[in-house]
Amino acid sequence: MKAFESKKRHNEIKEQLIKFTLITAASVSILTTFGVLFSILFEAIEFFQMRSFWYFITGTEWSPGVADSKFGALPIFSGTFIITLIAMAVALPIGLGSAIFMSEYASPKLRSKLKPLLEILAGIPTVVYGFFAAITVAPFIVNFFTLLGVQASFNSALASGIVMGIMIIPVISSLSDDVISAVPDSQRKASLALGMTMSETIKNIVLPSALPGIISATLLGLSKALGETMIVVMAAGLRPNLSWNILEDMTTVTVRIVDALVGDHEFNSPDTLSAFALGLILFIVTLVLNIISVALIRKFKEKYKINTL
Amino acid sequence: MTTNPNDISSNTIDDSSAQKIPETKITVRDLNLYYGDNHALHNIDMDIYKNKITALIGPSGCGKSTFLRCLNRMNDLINSVRVDGEVFIDNKNIYDKDVDEVSVRKRVGMVFQQPNPFPKSIYDNVSYAPLKHGFVKKGNSCNELVEKSLIQAGLWEEVKDKLSQPGTSLSGGQQQRLCIARTIAVQPDIILMDEPTSALDPISTEKIEALMLELKEKYAIITVTHNMQQAGRVADYTAFFHMGDLIEYADTETIFINPGKKKTEDYITGRYG
Amino acid sequence: MKNINNKTLSDNPFYDPSLSKRHSKARRFKIFTITCIVFALSFLVFFLGDMIVKGLPAFQQSYMQIDVSYNDKTIASTRKAIDKKYRRIVSRAWLRNIPNQVEESPELMNTTQSTWVLVNHQVDQYMKGHYFKIKSKELKIIEDMHAQGKLQLQFNRIFFTQGDSKIPENSGLKSAIIGSILTLLVTMVVAFPMGVMTAVYLEEFADDNRWTQFIEVNINNLAAIPSILFGLLGLAVFINLFGLPRSSPLVGGLTLALMTLPIIIVSSRAALRSVPDSIRQAGYGLGLTKVQVVQDHVLPLAFPGIMTGSIIGLAHAMGETAPLIIIGMIAFIPDSPGSIFEAATVMPAQIFTWAGMPERAYIERTAAGIMVLLSVLISLNALAIILRKKFEVKW
Repeated sequence: MKAFESKKRHNEIKEQLIKFTLITAASVSILTTFGVLFSILFEAIEFFQMRSFWYFITGTEWSPGVADSKFGALPIFSGTFIITLIAMAVALPIGLGSAIFMSEYASPKLRSKLKPLLEILAGIPTVVYGFFAAITVAPFIVNFFTLLGVQASFNSALASGIVMGIMIIPVISSLSDDVISAVPDSQRKASLALGMTMSETIKNIVLPSALPGIISATLLGLSKALGETMIVVMAAGLRPNLSWNILEDMTTVTVRIVDALVGDHEFNSPDTLSAFALGLILFIVTLVLNIISVALIRKFKEKYKINTL
Repeated sequence: MTTNPNDISSNTIDDSSAQKIPETKITVRDLNLYYGDNHALHNIDMDIYKNKITALIGPSGCGKSTFLRCLNRMNDLINSVRVDGEVFIDNKNIYDKDVDEVSVRKRVGMVFQQPNPFPKSIYDNVSYAPLKHGFVKKGNSCNELVEKSLIQAGLWEEVKDKLSQPGTSLSGGQQQRLCIARTIAVQPDIILMDEPTSALDPISTEKIEALMLELKEKYAIITVTHNMQQAGRVADYTAFFHMGDLIEYADTETIFINPGKKKTEDYITGRYG
Repeated sequence: MKNINNKTLSDNPFYDPSLSKRHSKARRFKIFTITCIVFALSFLVFFLGDMIVKGLPAFQQSYMQIDVSYNDKTIASTRKAIDKKYRRIVSRAWLRNIPNQVEESPELMNTTQSTWVLVNHQVDQYMKGHYFKIKSKELKIIEDMHAQGKLQLQFNRIFFTQGDSKIPENSGLKSAIIGSILTLLVTMVVAFPMGVMTAVYLEEFADDNRWTQFIEVNINNLAAIPSILFGLLGLAVFINLFGLPRSSPLVGGLTLALMTLPIIIVSSRAALRSVPDSIRQAGYGLGLTKVQVVQDHVLPLAFPGIMTGSIIGLAHAMGETAPLIIIGMIAFIPDSPGSIFEAATVMPAQIFTWAGMPERAYIERTAAGIMVLLSVLISLNALAIILRKKFEVKW
């Protein structure tokens, strides 16, 4: 009897121990998120103790590494914004169009083949896209616009924007395809039975129903574009350039982060720490985009009572 | 079952037995339908009349819903379906090459088993199709059409103060009447109903049935039903389908009281189904 | 019947002129969607084709058959081992290696051998029909040798047996491959148990309380953080705070592990969820404890799914570059790292470094490196798919 009880106690301790280990492991993910946040935050605070936060947000001159260094990130934000905009202009119509074709027009068999093919695009490492942008797309754009008599930079925002857009196509198409397919068939039938054509049904009934999911996919793509590094490091410029001309070279937040941290700078100089200030902005923006995106998808799921998305 | 298309008397109503001669709206001749290799409808011949309610009854999988969908070419949407034969509406075969299935669906409305209002406002649910078809323009004429359709569907009094609320916020029975209003708004000649009350409670069912009886003054109504009592209550004519064959088609009274075929009698009396 | 047919010829009540416009609109819309998917797929084809066309030449390298004399003098000054006229043709890297050759096979000493020697990258580019910069005097020799068959393209072993080099014809992927293996080893050793344990906790043990929900939201956010920010974390925490060696596979692996964690957690949870409850209930019915049920019955059944997800996570980590640049894994690494504490580079970082080199010879090496990287990634994904198909159980 005693032996039994001690064995039982032993088992209980073991169970508790295992459970404790599991909880610890699960907490690592939280630790990581806060690790990212705080490691960026502390260095960024240090930066803002040296330099004005206000000038960082609104200043138009970014000139690190010189005696009279200035850290006005506006031209960096504008470059990021414009390249992201080009990427979305490519990815949104193509991604959404592909999703509509797969979910509405293609047979299930064709769809099951097309989807993994598109997802290959998502599996290609970004450094590969960067090489492609720099070596194939950028020269093509320069040559093309020279033919038209317009001068384009080899580090044009257009080249990196287009390639980034292609990279984001599967982000948008995959999630959009899921939500469009989740719109109940009865909606389509009802519209068709009223004498609507297929495209009218898609545009007026299916897409509005799937809209929260499509917006969510777009935000996810947006956040990916903002945080994308390799393509812009390899194909976009280093020069902070406050311009609307997409044929000029521009720089982005991520490019400047890499530039500030590669090479042998002193770690506690504003030059290096500026990377963390930029990183903090990037972290906040992408986090907000992700939170909105998740909330929208949850709303869509609740509306159609779907558990699988 | 084999039917000679020229000897259609077996499946069409004997005119002499009806007091008033009803006007034929739909004439189905020698209709066959295949799902891939599966021969789902066999040589259907049938005349359907204006201002009457025709009920299609039969056990599950007998082809009655499939037949219904032939009448507005909804089966065209399924890739594996092949239709042979002729369906004349106003003396024009809707399967002719020069007929556009979209225009068929404009003339032949359909109400589904599950109420399926669009996730739009009540107003937009009704006005969507008429606006797209160009029947009305946004504004007064559209408002009038929406009101008229909702009145006809017997829903106006319940929703007139909340037209901008989503159609999905209504109760099941109200949703189904909204779907009927939506169908009426396109001004069809014929309304197909695919078990329109099977998802509803008895009170809502009663309202829909009353509505059907009102609507037949203007339209030809063809309804599929599982509920024999319902067929008895509302239908002027009843067609009994079994295994893809049209077994018997006559006025409802004959089918229920004095069926001509043994199979019909067995089904009516609940031997199977 | 005839009567009806005759009547239909005269009028068509379904004729609706307004529809043709709507139909052509519908057709245009459908064509638009087809164009979209065709564009996306043809980009994929064009892109892969472009990489193959650019990268394929790098798998061959030019060699020339000439006399090489091995003696004390030539070991002291390796330039003298070959005829003067070939000195601008043969690769410096090859000449530099002469003492090593002798050391490996002493019988070469005081002999003159006719051997295939590596030529420099300009000659190699000439052989491949690309742009080259060669003086006319050398060009003549090259053309002669080529005509005699003494200058030819051979399989490029160097690409797989050498590390990076400032001499293009002598640079290879080996140290990057070894760096990748070491880094990913660290990644998987950390991320796999952590990810699976987190998944087991969340799926099997956690009550649905605020803490659990908080963890879930966090995992989701973690997956959406741009990869470069993990580099900042690695730099600030692993290198500056913990003092781990910069550029090392250890730091790189840890950084990638944190990025891979959400992928493994999500797929492991899906795998655990697909194990039906009846299995768990059967276990409890036999008097097993919760830990025993999970350990002996649920986990083995979920294992193929967990592996599939982990392989996909591994492939993901393998292609990642940005965070590794931040922690310094783009250093020039000619020799393969011997341990996870030494400076190393990884395949995508090597591709990045080569892509930035001015010499034409590096472009084809970059593309070839991409071909190798993509082949590994495709194989990993194929493995994941096979695994899923093979062990897929429909409950």
